[in-house]
Amino acid sequence: MFATLQDRLAATFKNLRGKGKLTEADIDATTREIRVALLEADVALPVVKGFIAAVRERARGAEVHQALNPAQQIIKIVDEELVGILGGETRRLRFAKNPPTVILLAGLQGSGKTTLAGKLAHWLKGQGHQPMLVAADLQRPNAVTQLQVVGERAGVPVFAPEPGNGVGDPVGVARQSVAYARAKMHDVVIVDTAGRLGVDATLMQQAADIRDAVQPDETLFVVDAMIGQDAVATAQAFLDGVGFDGVVLTKLDGDARGGAALSVAKVTGRQVMFASNGEQLSDFDTFHPDRMASRILGMGDVLTLIEQAEKAFDKDQAEEMAGKFGRGEDFTFEDFLAQMESVRKMGSMSKLLGMLPGMGAMREQIESIDEREIDRTTAIITSMTPEERRNHKILNASRRQRIARGSGRSVSDVNGLVERFTEAQKMMRQLASGGGMPGMPGTAGLPGMAGMGRGKKAKGKAAAPKKVKGGRSGNPAKRALEQQQRAAGLSDASAGSAGLAAPAEFELPAELRGLLPPGSQH
Amino acid sequence: MDTLTLVIVLAVLALVLAGTGVALVGRRRPPGSVAEAPVSPSPRLEPSVETPEPVAGRLTRLRSRLGGSQRTLGRGLLALLSRERLDEDTWDEVEEVLITADVGVAATQELVERLRTRVKDLGARDTAQVRPLLREELLALVGPDVDRALHTTPADGRPAVVLVVGVNGTGKTTTVGKLARVLVADGRTVLLGAADTFRAAAADQLQTWGERVGAPVVRGPEAGDPASVAFDAVKQGSEGGYDVVLVDTAGRLQNKVGLMDELGKVKRVVEKHGPVDEVLLVLDATTGQNGLVQARVFAEVVDVTGIVLTKLDGSAKGGIVVAVQRELGVPVKLVGLGEGPDDLAPFEPEAFVDALLGD
Repeated sequence: MFATLQDRLAATFKNLRGKGKLTEADIDATTREIRVALLEADVALPVVKGFIAAVRERARGAEVHQALNPAQQIIKIVDEELVGILGGETRRLRFAKNPPTVILLAGLQGSGKTTLAGKLAHWLKGQGHQPMLVAADLQRPNAVTQLQVVGERAGVPVFAPEPGNGVGDPVGVARQSVAYARAKMHDVVIVDTAGRLGVDATLMQQAADIRDAVQPDETLFVVDAMIGQDAVATAQAFLDGVGFDGVVLTKLDGDARGGAALSVAKVTGRQVMFASNGEQLSDFDTFHPDRMASRILGMGDVLTLIEQAEKAFDKDQAEEMAGKFGRGEDFTFEDFLAQMESVRKMGSMSKLLGMLPGMGAMREQIESIDEREIDRTTAIITSMTPEERRNHKILNASRRQRIARGSGRSVSDVNGLVERFTEAQKMMRQLASGGGMPGMPGTAGLPGMAGMGRGKKAKGKAAAPKKVKGGRSGNPAKRALEQQQRAAGLSDASAGSAGLAAPAEFELPAELRGLLPPGSQH
Repeated sequence: MDTLTLVIVLAVLALVLAGTGVALVGRRRPPGSVAEAPVSPSPRLEPSVETPEPVAGRLTRLRSRLGGSQRTLGRGLLALLSRERLDEDTWDEVEEVLITADVGVAATQELVERLRTRVKDLGARDTAQVRPLLREELLALVGPDVDRALHTTPADGRPAVVLVVGVNGTGKTTTVGKLARVLVADGRTVLLGAADTFRAAAADQLQTWGERVGAPVVRGPEAGDPASVAFDAVKQGSEGGYDVVLVDTAGRLQNKVGLMDELGKVKRVVEKHGPVDEVLLVLDATTGQNGLVQARVFAEVVDVTGIVLTKLDGSAKGGIVVAVQRELGVPVKLVGLGEGPDDLAPFEPEAFVDALLGD
């Protein structure tokens, strides 16, 4: 896994913590790190250069706040610049005054045009439109069939007069489609074209001919989030060849950092309008610049995490939990077991933890996680009787011994689990009663600031990268406290973001908030 | 923080998330549609079976396809290194040329360092002197001496089995189709297994490819179990006395745990017939740094033996394979250089580097 910008900056600033002011040398060191971070996120080099220049300018300029430490300042600037480029003015689809509205899709091979056509149609249908798909990809074997299947799944008719596989004239098909749509009262026409390379003059001309034939109201450039440095050349070639009004970023459900979004937006000046993030027809959404900014910088993405969690959870189970929680009942081993199952469905632990902001400092530990720990813990719990699971207080020495034998673990493993579980339970109780953390009224505690309300020692722990071997305090009491704070911070953060508190708080990137001193939050 | 603590943290996090009302989102495959229908081969031999071009020297023929800007990689470097004065700016430019080719920051810095040392030793420079040096370094970058042969020789009366994997949209099905042509051109008999049961019309696409060269396709029901299709393909391959069985799989993003497990299963199930001879990872030349993550995860799950770099005829330079080869030691075995059915060529590092440097 690549080190994130946050890790890099943390390392850079290790020596100048507390200086409070940026020197020229500091800025140089920082911008170098930002450069590498952006390049590793596949942001195109020319864009990186321009970006760095802008950041440097601002860092050097008057924007040096007294209240922020150097790392915070830089991250704030970087983040603002990123959102500035990505966000700009968000644009919606323009619909034609006289239907049908024609939407033309263009892009490289394999960027996901045909799949996207289906998703877009599905989305438009959900908004009350009557879309129609047009199979103008007559190049790739069975692209027409694929579009027909996709159309069927989306419940949208497909105009496919030609069989494809190299037979037929896509320009003709496109031309006929508009008249056909008008006759059949479809108000949106989505034209799927063949994938083509920017350097292929013949095919680019064909795309331009299709464009001229249908006079699209919107031409969307479909680009894969995994694309590398070539994004700029390709986007430019399409801009020159066919021209486009908006960008669609696909395969965002992968783990690519998607620097291409930044490159394309910057170079072409066209906004990313939609993001496609899954294999289901409904996995399609408007684009969120702030989330993308965090992603490019490798900062945690709490919102994505929550979305994944939502996908992994059973609704009934969730409601039951919520009810239980509300009644003030205790968190039991049974609940714990159910939660672990859900967590397992969400993917590997290291990945999930990686998505949390503030986890950068613990990267090494996260990477060394043994994924089977969940299995081991499950084994211990399943070796308990139902009674024991409901009430762990009855776990005496002999019961613990039995559990250890049953699960193939040692008694001290069992003890460790029970001890931690007790802490977690306490914390849950606290959460249920107060809905927030003591000492931080009204603030959705974000992970990075988990310790901030708890005095100086804890604050240092939360903010500084832990360099202690193993990352744990040697003092068991202190360790327990740390862990509890961490856990409390996490759960509280997600509770806040998921609608209990103010979702608006997430407008500000989590990491940035985490780095702000407590006083500047309100 | 130790692992157990993290487990608890996650579980608690999960609980809180669960408590806020969540929606159940369906799994990838609609339940009920997994019904196993009998898998049947469909050896629909069309009358017009094409004879593919011979494979030998394909890369040389396709040399001109290496996109225009691709050549600038080698030539640009050559021009930079032949400059009279090599100052910091020039080295920065060298670095930029490599980074823009998706070579990656670490690999780039390493190469630049090596070039610096060697050029310094060279003293006075001109193109004639720099050229062999650069050629050598580039060659070291793209291809240390590794086995790039495709293992497709049937052994013990059992067909060679090739599994083709990769993320969505890199060109797996197309690669399988083109590879079938390569093998047919070599005089092998080929059976295709359409284990991409997920994407709409993927099996049809493969079938079209198969028909063109007279290679039958073993298909399963849509949304069926890909492992069973693959198993049947290999089974029919050995019963029918085919030389090679090519198994196409569905595209999957490497971070989808469930889908990667499914892929692992496909391989395990196929291995019941005997070892899989080749696992080819198809990488798109436009892929950036994520390509390394892809290669790493796929290698973990199915033990990739070779890479097919597709869409190299565009402006992308596919520099990511340098990082992949460096880190994982998996060689590039084939390159896709165009839309034509015979535009898949065996990768020859020397011919490739020569093409980069121009004549």
